[in-house]
Amino acid sequence: MAVATRTAYGEALAELIKTNEKIVVLDADLTKSTKTNAAQTACPERHYNMGIAEANMTSVAAGFAANGYTAFASTFAMFATGRSWEQVRNSIAYPQLDVKICGTHSGIAVGEDGVSHQAIEDIAIMRVIPGMEVYSPCDQWQTREVIKYVATTGKPCYVRLGRANVEDVYTADYKFDPTKISVLNEGKDVAIFATGLMVQKSMEALELLKAEGFNPTIVNVCSIKPLDEDGVLEVLKNHKHIITVEEHNVIGGLGSAISDVSVKSYPKLITKIGLQDHFAESAEFNQLLDKYGLDAKAIVKAVKEIVK
Amino acid sequence: MEKLQTHTKNIRKNIIKMVHNAKSGHIGGALSATELMTVLYFEEANITAENIKSNDRDKVVFSKGHASALLYSVLSEAKLTDIDVMTYRLINSKLQGHPNMNYVDGVDMSTGSLGQGISAAVGMAMANKLSKNDNRIYVLLGDGETEEGQVWEAAMAASHYNLDNLCVVLDNNNLQIDGDICKVMNPKPLDEKFKAFGWNLVEIDGHNLDEIRAAYKEAREFKGKPTLILAHTVKGKGVSFMENQAGWHGIAPSDEQLEQALKELEAE
Repeated sequence: MAVATRTAYGEALAELIKTNEKIVVLDADLTKSTKTNAAQTACPERHYNMGIAEANMTSVAAGFAANGYTAFASTFAMFATGRSWEQVRNSIAYPQLDVKICGTHSGIAVGEDGVSHQAIEDIAIMRVIPGMEVYSPCDQWQTREVIKYVATTGKPCYVRLGRANVEDVYTADYKFDPTKISVLNEGKDVAIFATGLMVQKSMEALELLKAEGFNPTIVNVCSIKPLDEDGVLEVLKNHKHIITVEEHNVIGGLGSAISDVSVKSYPKLITKIGLQDHFAESAEFNQLLDKYGLDAKAIVKAVKEIVK
Repeated sequence: MEKLQTHTKNIRKNIIKMVHNAKSGHIGGALSATELMTVLYFEEANITAENIKSNDRDKVVFSKGHASALLYSVLSEAKLTDIDVMTYRLINSKLQGHPNMNYVDGVDMSTGSLGQGISAAVGMAMANKLSKNDNRIYVLLGDGETEEGQVWEAAMAASHYNLDNLCVVLDNNNLQIDGDICKVMNPKPLDEKFKAFGWNLVEIDGHNLDEIRAAYKEAREFKGKPTLILAHTVKGKGVSFMENQAGWHGIAPSDEQLEQALKELEAE
């Protein structure tokens, strides 16, 4: 079934807020878009609209955490990580307060809204902050599990969520292990590390590639930080070619995180699929994925080129 | 001389010694808020060495985190926490140039980047309302700091959520690093602006102990709105050659200047 990760987030939060009295939810005038309106309905007294003032919302979340609450702060990924970056760094990450920055509409999935609303740097600017954890779930089941998990850590994190409906990768009985990458297909020669909705695109590519006799390994990396370095190293060692795929600039995101492990422990050539250090534009989401080389076709092409 | 004045004198002397020893730090804006914070910690806020680790007490956020020498000095003078103020800004010390809440009991928020502390205090006041915790949240805010847009986002939110458990003390010493606040980027009229944002306003001489006491009392008793105490102060207060000098915002005194400053404070 196709469900947006933001919808799964909203539903998971609505469940959690009913049972966990320490949870508060903050939003910046986007409750219907971020889907925190579900938590608002479930528990109106612990849901706060902070208006169109993201910097204040982020530091207010820190204040709630300083006085014993677990604060979820949501808006579009662009503003949650970009406009409020320094509030995340200084008010939340430095004092290690229990705040979950949950940014929806990440990547270019906002489509027609265009570049001002397309967060293609969010993974980079969050993972670079000391102690900041970064989770990028790929489907509704992984999202529900990630939200349940981050509510228990007592630490800050960023959760990257999407606008578009995405097919299930996992099933309702999925259990999230933050210490492990998730190998979805054990193939050979080529390994593809993907995150977010590019996991589904990689699985689509796998079907196309299988028809032509290729069988790449597909790895879903949800916990970009902390990263399962041993697991990544194992994959690097067991494959000739490595590809990373992300709906993000190729600078600073998943591709860079995998490269960091490689550089340190097992140097390899790595092909990075993502936005090639340029902005996208306004258009229907699937047209954007096609134009900017973020669909199954592009992954298939990259695999064939690399093997040749 | 009343006892509190002995404390303000000791606190001022320590601030100057700390910054001299560290060869860096912010003296002017620490000296301007000394009475305001001394009355708060010694008389108004229910903070004790026993409850210092608890959430069940009043909290104070130094939104102007660069006044850290004042914060450490007052915590030490009030014997609220065990710190060696002379390690201020030195390697391996808990006393960071801008305060870290995880290093020192009694530092209630990590601050330093202007504008963020008041927002965090709004969050703490909202948290107290939610948990029916009657303790109060105090903020020391700089006047130059009000040039940060985030201060007004916080002011709007505090009024929107009727945070009468929040009291912001505005240290209006009229100077910022580059000079007169009205010349650098005029934030005035601060009284009218906060009133327009829905705040209760009390205006005082920020060095007059009785006026400070009365202001905290009024803030505590006022219901339905957050209170701003607009405190008129003198930057560098207590040391003749530092008073009203923007240059003393963030520099350390020489050995001779230290000696002169301590002599003046002792003679007061």
